[in-house]
Amino acid sequence: MAVLLIADVTNDGLGFDATAKAVTAARALGDVTVLVMGPRAAAEEAATIEGVAKVLLAEDAALGHRLAEPAADLVVALAPGFTHVVAPATADAKNILPRVAALLDVMVISDVTAIRDAETFERPIYAGNALQTVQSSDRIKVLTIRTAGFDAAPRGGSAPIEAAPGVSDPGLSQWVEDRVAKSGRPELTSARVVVSGGRGIGSKEGFQIVEKLADRLGAAVGASRAAVDAGYAPNDWQVGQTGKVVAPDLYVALGISGAIQHLAGMKDSKTIVAINKDPEAPIFQVADYGLVADLFEAVPALTEKL
Amino acid sequence: MKVLVPVKRVIDYNVKVRVRSDGTGVDLANVKMSMNPFDEIAVEEAIRLKEAGLASEVVAVSVGVRQAQETLRTALAMGADRAILVVASEDVHQDIEPLAVAKILAAIAKEEQPGLILCGKQAIDNDMNATGQMLAALLGWGQATFASEIKVEGETATVVREVDGGLQAVSVRLPAVITVDLRLNEPRYASLPNIMKAKKKPLEEKTPADYGVDVAPRLRVIETREPPSRKAGVIAKSVDELVDMLKGAGVV
Repeated sequence: MAVLLIADVTNDGLGFDATAKAVTAARALGDVTVLVMGPRAAAEEAATIEGVAKVLLAEDAALGHRLAEPAADLVVALAPGFTHVVAPATADAKNILPRVAALLDVMVISDVTAIRDAETFERPIYAGNALQTVQSSDRIKVLTIRTAGFDAAPRGGSAPIEAAPGVSDPGLSQWVEDRVAKSGRPELTSARVVVSGGRGIGSKEGFQIVEKLADRLGAAVGASRAAVDAGYAPNDWQVGQTGKVVAPDLYVALGISGAIQHLAGMKDSKTIVAINKDPEAPIFQVADYGLVADLFEAVPALTEKL
Repeated sequence: MKVLVPVKRVIDYNVKVRVRSDGTGVDLANVKMSMNPFDEIAVEEAIRLKEAGLASEVVAVSVGVRQAQETLRTALAMGADRAILVVASEDVHQDIEPLAVAKILAAIAKEEQPGLILCGKQAIDNDMNATGQMLAALLGWGQATFASEIKVEGETATVVREVDGGLQAVSVRLPAVITVDLRLNEPRYASLPNIMKAKKKPLEEKTPADYGVDVAPRLRVIETREPPSRKAGVIAKSVDELVDMLKGAGVV
């Protein structure tokens, strides 16, 4: 069996962590060919991931901003040589892969958390409140991998790089601009430690106590939807059903009540710590360690003592 | 320009779902159902386009059980002009897959010739995030997913998308499929007079066979089970005790 894996490519190059985790999942299905729609440097890095048999490089300008229409056309052109088309479940892959699946007249299987065999997959539904095992009868399986559930494949490979066939831009959409939130901190979905703030933080300025604790722990900063909607934090910090799904070693929830939609994004974390002034907050039902306290006293004290 | 808005009847987002102990699925009998929250945002946006004079008619569509009528009446009460219900299942527990829904919607789009289709980015029951993209593919249209801002100007829509790492603006040629994200707008509540008026608005009932679509699932559900539950944690009495616990457990 042969797997076509769509690499995660960002403006900075290869999204190594997401790609390497998807490689771990994909290896269970067969020989892995990685498609890199981006610069050569990203393909060279993808080639170093252990378990990658071959890298296909598509450097077309039409693919520069990973617009769904030309990207899907390229994947569809390549797909007949493969039994599985796989990608890490990033915003890009969620944009492109369902389009690919429909063009191939197959279903897409989103956010796969476990691979039972070549046609049987497990995925969360209802905001992670149920796990469903599905068996696909489609001739090509198209799936996105929830990377939080897989370890990243290590470096150490040296796969050959070949040029992918050219694409023509169908001209249905055009890139206008990127508005990238710059951050010197670890990337949220791959960070080992995440410190998140919720509505209880109270203001944008208040978020500094979250950021200080995060920096003390070398952590990424996350936020609940309430905090994002209130303008305390940018939207790409949002953890939850509609934001990012994380599973770090340590997740610290500050002033987050623990709504179903937030828990969907973090309840697979190894250790969860919650600080909230409301002892009835549902977050305490999933927290390994809790503290009922006023955030503005407890968090600076905690930051100092760690 | 006509705007088509697919809406889905799903379990209310505040309900804690119960997984049936025999592994056959989630219990949906006697559970509060509502319009998928993302679809409310899509309906709201369509109505705003109409209020701005950019849309001439808003047509809400739902594919599922007959009870999805209520969901369509909600869309009509919010301001949609008429509705189409495609009854594709007799059992609330049978979720029609995004590929089949997309095929039905594509057939409806070919009949209705909308200038824009506004979908929610995902349904909160199956969490697939696929129907809009599949629909765009089947129609050969452009797509703009996860929209937090939509500006329609002439033959194109400029859409700000929520992507990993920030925002991306794209322009997409119309007709197109746009899927909407949470921050696009704040959906309005339907007023009582509008709920009454909605009862008189046209609601056409169809079946998948009318569109020649086979809704048989491609994915066979083998089992649905509860996720592993976490064991109860401990509550520290003070910051010092919390620090000791975290250090003792080796997590910091």
